This record gives sequence, structure tokens and C-alpha cells, in this order.
Amino acid sequence: MSVETFHYDNKIVRNFAFATVFWGVVGMFFGVLIAFQLPLPGLNFGEHFSFGRLRPIHTNAAIFAFVGNAIFMGIYYSLQRLCKARMFSDKLSKIHFWGWQFIIVAAAVTLLFGYTTSKEYAELEWPIDIAITFIWVVFGINMFGTISVRREKHMYVAIWFYIATFIAVAVLHIFNSLALPVSFMKSYPIYAGVQDALVQWWYGHNAVAFFLTTPYLGLMYYYLPKIADRPVYSYRLSIIHFWSLVFIYIWAGPHHLLYSAVSPWAQTLGVIFSIMLIAPSWGGMLNGLLTLRGAWHTVAKNVELKFMVVAVTSYGMVTLEGPLMSFKSVNSLAHFTDWIVGHVHNGTLGWNGFLTFGIVYWLIPRIYNTKLYSPRLANAHFWIGTLGIVFYLVAMYFSGITQGLMWKELDPDGGLMHENFLSTVKQIIPMYYLRGIGGLLYITGVFLMVYNLFKTVKQGNLQADEEASAPALEQEKTKVKSTHRFLEGHLGLFFILSTLAIIAGGLIELVPGAMNEFISPTKPLVEKYSPLELEGRDIYIREGCNNCHSQMIRPFHNETLRYGAYSEAGDYVYDRPFLWGSKRTGPDLHRIGLRPRNEVWHYDHMVNPQKSSPGSVMPPYPWLATNKLDTSTTSKKIQVMRSLGVPYNYDDVRNAEENLQKEAQELSDILKKGKIDCAPDREMIALIAYLKKLGKRIKVKK
Amino acid sequence: MGVMFILICVSISLATCFLLAFIWATKSGQFDDCETPAIKVLID
Repeated sequence: MSVETFHYDNKIVRNFAFATVFWGVVGMFFGVLIAFQLPLPGLNFGEHFSFGRLRPIHTNAAIFAFVGNAIFMGIYYSLQRLCKARMFSDKLSKIHFWGWQFIIVAAAVTLLFGYTTSKEYAELEWPIDIAITFIWVVFGINMFGTISVRREKHMYVAIWFYIATFIAVAVLHIFNSLALPVSFMKSYPIYAGVQDALVQWWYGHNAVAFFLTTPYLGLMYYYLPKIADRPVYSYRLSIIHFWSLVFIYIWAGPHHLLYSAVSPWAQTLGVIFSIMLIAPSWGGMLNGLLTLRGAWHTVAKNVELKFMVVAVTSYGMVTLEGPLMSFKSVNSLAHFTDWIVGHVHNGTLGWNGFLTFGIVYWLIPRIYNTKLYSPRLANAHFWIGTLGIVFYLVAMYFSGITQGLMWKELDPDGGLMHENFLSTVKQIIPMYYLRGIGGLLYITGVFLMVYNLFKTVKQGNLQADEEASAPALEQEKTKVKSTHRFLEGHLGLFFILSTLAIIAGGLIELVPGAMNEFISPTKPLVEKYSPLELEGRDIYIREGCNNCHSQMIRPFHNETLRYGAYSEAGDYVYDRPFLWGSKRTGPDLHRIGLRPRNEVWHYDHMVNPQKSSPGSVMPPYPWLATNKLDTSTTSKKIQVMRSLGVPYNYDDVRNAEENLQKEAQELSDILKKGKIDCAPDREMIALIAYLKKLGKRIKVKK
Repeated sequence: MGVMFILICVSISLATCFLLAFIWATKSGQFDDCETPAIKVLID
């Protein structure tokens, strides 16, 4: 058996580590900013820095920039060591790194300028979606290439988690992003209304599953034993954990749509699988914690382990809380409230954040061949960060449950106790401040880490190419390599890739034609959008109104009292994308057009919400009254909608602009009667037209 | 609800991928030894 000498690529690990820290600071900064924007609307600095645009920047930066880079950092370090091989291709590593950073920058810029699909965690428009697909494939080739030249026959469980991440994210991303472009930065999804909602939350849930969970479980199974210097509690359990988790996770998505217009059986399917998820999740959590059995005294002295322990504990809390929240009774209270926000942040701040910090503190000194500059400072980071999490979570649980109960509360006569939505908002303002303080504490800890790492890097030397040696795999020594052998030895990979190819191929063939009818709901309860309303809807999307306003009235007495008739699938037939939202920072808007709010009220409210609703936390949108509406793509939009199956005719396409102007003029005249001077070519006119249309139904013949 | 059909097909395809991977892994002896890999990973 010949021993081969090779070199690990530590430079790429270093690059991803630095990017992780940098984007972590950026993402958390925006998090703190938008946290304070809620109680202090004055912090909405104009068009590009209002809550509706910054919130997607925060979520995208936290998930794809911070956690994304951390995943790659963790994988590129551990995969090389687990495979006893250098990364497959240095060039691919480089393309992967810089491509990913470019995507992040492109995402930040486009979101600031309001280019968004409105779909949560999938806000980026189609050109960036294509770039993501490309870079993801680069990552995949690099990873599978490394696995194929490994010198260790057994694939450690962490590698399986990495593979599952790659495959699942690829499939999810492709299916959820299917859209027809209108222009360079605008597209409409091929799915409409209820269908779009289902695909989005199938994606949304699995983005949490396969981007925030499976890769991190892989990292846990590698780094926790490494840092503790003891084997995982039960390797057998880790294998059971992996396979049961990947089989169950993909079915839980519909629990995001309980009590919605989605078919009840689909909702129940989501609930059942969510509850089943407790078993593998807790198996994994206990496997992590029990790794430290008999060694808890070392945790007190080892700050990296402290981070790990809190991370794994958070994972356990979140994976119990999640299934409980998917019970319909609990969900009826929790959904649309801050409870959800708390739940998510327990996962991201605790599980993802702390696991990342633990890894970074351990990894940077190693590749720089030195010791951590100050374990005491890291310890301070740990405690400040933990305190930050506690502040955040407690505030959100209080505010979520308080507001949820207030929405539901009825007076003795059967009316709403808190008829004014705003009174339920004012009640939780103190919690918004507390949450912001929690965020401030958390980011303060991160700044301590930045300083600590800076000092560590300065006192060490990067071992860019770390020498290692391992015996070559026997089979590779005796047999000549050939394509056939490669496929034979990697049957699983072969099947995975071919299935992916089949899916992609089938999709390209099916989607434009036959699928159209198939995936579009057929029984409309509403009239299709006029060109002006459609433009208004796109402004609603651009300003991110859906981040705070839902358009989904659940079939509860209190909700129909407050918002009007509950929402049905037929209400959304022409909605591309769907705009149900997932959080009610403000009231539901699905039937706002039927409420006694006239055009003048909407105008005033948009220009200065605090004037028409004292105490409102909504950002002002004065630019809507001055910006000219861009109608250059109006007819193209109608045309794209038409090819997606919306029943517009040729005349609708041809006369789109003319119809738009006619309607805009009428609306402008109405405003003029209310002593408001707003030219018909302003964006405000389109938005008001859209809001006035919301909730209006057509008469359906039975 | 036609899209549910698509989603279920995609999810089943995904699950089938995992199943095939599982069968391959089991057959090729990946899980024959459930003790040493946990220790081997500690040695760089």
C-alpha cells in the first residue's frame, strides 16, 4: 500500500471564513436596523431604505450570505479531510467563491432598487436565479469530484448531509423559480394564486430544511467531535438520523398554509409529516449533546464547545417548537404574529449563528497555525450573544402571543374587543424595543469576534497548502480508471444526476404547453386585473408591502369580522405571484377595496401614515406621489400574462397603455374632487387602483 | 390543485434519489462498520 502525499487547500477555507464574518456583520446590521424601524418609523430613510425593501435584504444576507458562506467554509475544510484529498479543482473553488460573492452583491443592489419577485427567501429576479443555478452546479461538480477522488472508502455521515443539501437545494431552487420574463429584471411566475403559494412554501420550508439544517447537521457531526476530541455518541444513530430526516423533511411544507385556501388534505399532509419530524430531529440533537457525556467539565473551559452546546440546544428547541406550531390549534394563534419571527430567530441566531461562531473560533487558529488571540474575549462574545438571543426570543414570544390573543378577543356582544388593528400594535411596541436590544447585544458579540479573529490572523501565518498523507485507495491502484468504472463506483451519484436530468428535461417540454391549463386554477371569483391595477400590484411588490400585510383571511369568526369574507382559491386565480404574506405587522389587505377607505384616504395614508393613523408603524411612501409610472412594459406584461393563460385578448394587449391612461385619468379626477392634486401618470394612482380592486368579486353563476 | 401533483412527483423523485443512494450505500458496504468511522474522523 503506497502512501500518497498531498495538500489541503486552506486558502479557500480562509476566504469563505472571512466572507462569512463580513456578511454576517452586514446581515445583522440590517436586522438591527429593521428591528428599530418598527417602533421608530423615522428610521425609514427614503425610497431605498424603507422596511419593505430592507427586510428581504436582511433575510437574504443572513441566510445566503452569512449562513451560505459558513456552509461552504465548513464543507471545504471538512470535506478535504474526510476524503483525504484536496478539493477537486482549485479553479472551480475560486469560481465558486467569487461567483457566490458576486451574487450576494447583485442581490443586495437589486433588492435595494426594488427588483423582487416577492417570494420569501426567493426574492431575486430571474437573471440572478440563473447565476445561482450556475454557481451551485460549480459547487456540486467540485464536491462530487472531491468525493470521487477520495482516499477514504467510507463516506462519513457529514458527507451525506452535504450531498443531500446539494441535491435538494438544486431541485427546490429550480422549481420555485420557474417564471416567464417580462424584461431584464421583471418576471411573472408560471404558477398562479394557490398553486404559487404551495410551490413557494414547499420551497420556503425546504430552504430552511436543506439550507439552514442539513448542511449544519453535517457540520455538527464533523466539528463537534473534532472540537471535543471524542467520537460522536452513536455513529449508527447519526446514519438513521440522516436517512429518516431526508425522507420526511420534503413533505412538511404545507404547514405554512394552515387554514388558508389550500386544500385541507394538503394541509393535513404537512401537519402529519411535521410532527413525524420530531423523531429524527431529536435523535440528532441528542446524538450531538450525548457526544459530550462524561466530558461536560471540558465544556466549561472550552468556548468553542460552549457555542456548540447552545447551538445544538437551540436546534432541539426549534425542532420541537416547529412541529407544535404546525398543530392547527396552535397555528391559528401563532401564524402571522411575532411568535413565528421568534421561532425562526431561535434557529438562525442560536443554531446557525452559534454553530458558525464555534467553528470559526476553532478553525481560524488552525489554518493560521496559531492559538486564538483571546479565549476570554470569545467567552464574552458567548455570554453577550446568549443574552441577546434570550432578549430577542422572550420579546417575540410575548409580543406574538399578546397580539395573537388580542386579534381573537371578542367582547360580550360578540364584536371585536380590539376593532382597531393599531391598538394591538401599540400594545407590543415595548417588545419591539426589547427585540432590538437583543439584536444589538448579539451584533456586539460579533464585533468582539471580528477583533479577536483579526488579532489571531495577525499573529499567525496562513498555511495555504497544508501537507497531509494517506494511503491510496486499493481499488484505484489495481484497476485502470475508465468512465465506466467511475459510474460503477458511483452508482448513487449516477442515479441522482440522471434523475435530475430527467426532471429538467421533462419540465422544459411540459411547462409551456400542457402544464399551463393544468396548474392554473379554473374557477375565478374575481375579474382579471386592468393594466393600471397590474402596474399598481407590481408597485406593491416593489415596495415589499407583502412583508407586513397579508392577503389571506382565514375562516375564523374574528378574522371575517375584522377583514371581511374569508379567502378562497378563486380569489387568487390571476395572482402571479401570490401575495399572501406570512406576517401581519399591519392588517390584512385582501378585502381592503371593500372597506370604507376612499381614494383620498389611501393617498394621505401612503404619503404620511402617521397623520391619518396616529401611532402607525408604517413607513411613509411620499415618492409614490412624485415618481412617474413606468408604462414602457405594460403591454408586454399583459402579453406575458396572456401567454401564461390569463384570459386577456389581443385588444387587451394592444390597447393596454391606452386603457391604463383612461383609468388613471378617472382616478386622478376623483382625487381632485377630494382636493388632492395628483397627476394621472404617478405611481400612486396605480397603487390606489390596485388597493381599491382588492376584495371585489364577480357574480358567479351556480 | 394540479400543482400538488407536480410537487408530489418532484418530491417522490427526490425521495427516490435518496432511496437509490441509500441502496447503493448499503450494498457497497458503507454501513458495514458503524464504529470505526466515528473514531477515524478524529485523526487527521
